[in-house]
Amino acid sequence: MGLSIAFWTLAVVAVGAALAVVLLRNVFRAALALVLCFLVVAGIYVTLSADFLAAVQVLVYVGAISVVIILAIMMTREVQRGSPANKLKIPALIVALVFLGVVIYTMLATPWQISTEPPVEPTTAALALKLFGENGFILPVEIAAVLLLGAVLGAIVLVREK
Amino acid sequence: MVGLEHYLILSAILFSIGLYGALVKKNAIIILMSIEIMLTAVSIALVAFSRYIVPTQLTGQVFVMFIMVVAAAEAAVGLAIIMAIYRSRETIDSTKIDLMKW
Repeated sequence: MGLSIAFWTLAVVAVGAALAVVLLRNVFRAALALVLCFLVVAGIYVTLSADFLAAVQVLVYVGAISVVIILAIMMTREVQRGSPANKLKIPALIVALVFLGVVIYTMLATPWQISTEPPVEPTTAALALKLFGENGFILPVEIAAVLLLGAVLGAIVLVREK
Repeated sequence: MVGLEHYLILSAILFSIGLYGALVKKNAIIILMSIEIMLTAVSIALVAFSRYIVPTQLTGQVFVMFIMVVAAAEAAVGLAIIMAIYRSRETIDSTKIDLMKW
């Protein structure tokens, strides 16, 4: 029961915040709505008993990515111009709604095999075993490290003054 | 009772909102923010699958961690590109950045 209340509250706030990101005129307020959306998604991870991911979501998205986005908004002085839409408003709305309809139909028509086992809690140690243990994801972890290094170097090269 | 379908539909709604924003907005930073919403929506779907279909294996959560790595890298490089464009063209209106449009 408590889980249902938490889910519905979080879901409504998440959809509202996402709509605010897309619909608000003020770019800075849209960025703040995006922060709210990320925080609420962390709450949704908690209702899915993914505690470690919720913490990482707050750290990485709310802490780091939002700060970078707000910094970019400050540096580009686009706030005065607002966030106008281009000429594709109606076609884009149709595309999004058709996509939503198709995906919801597919999701409801598929007979998912729901498992009745209780979830692992807490997940941190289990995730570490999954990432670094035998038959785990150690190669993707190494590749992720190289990707992050490349991204950081690329970002530095791109914004450096000539 | 909240089940897998609820989370999947929430994820689909968030993804559609992000898709609409990415297609419609002129401001390049708002487009990047919409893409972040889409990535987050996919993450919700993966965690929900992980929780309801293989609750003891956590594979979906591992995937979400890699999505977060890629999203962080994408945000850093994307915003750096936007700053470089703003520096040379004084605008980040995506309809005016059409040098390679045929």
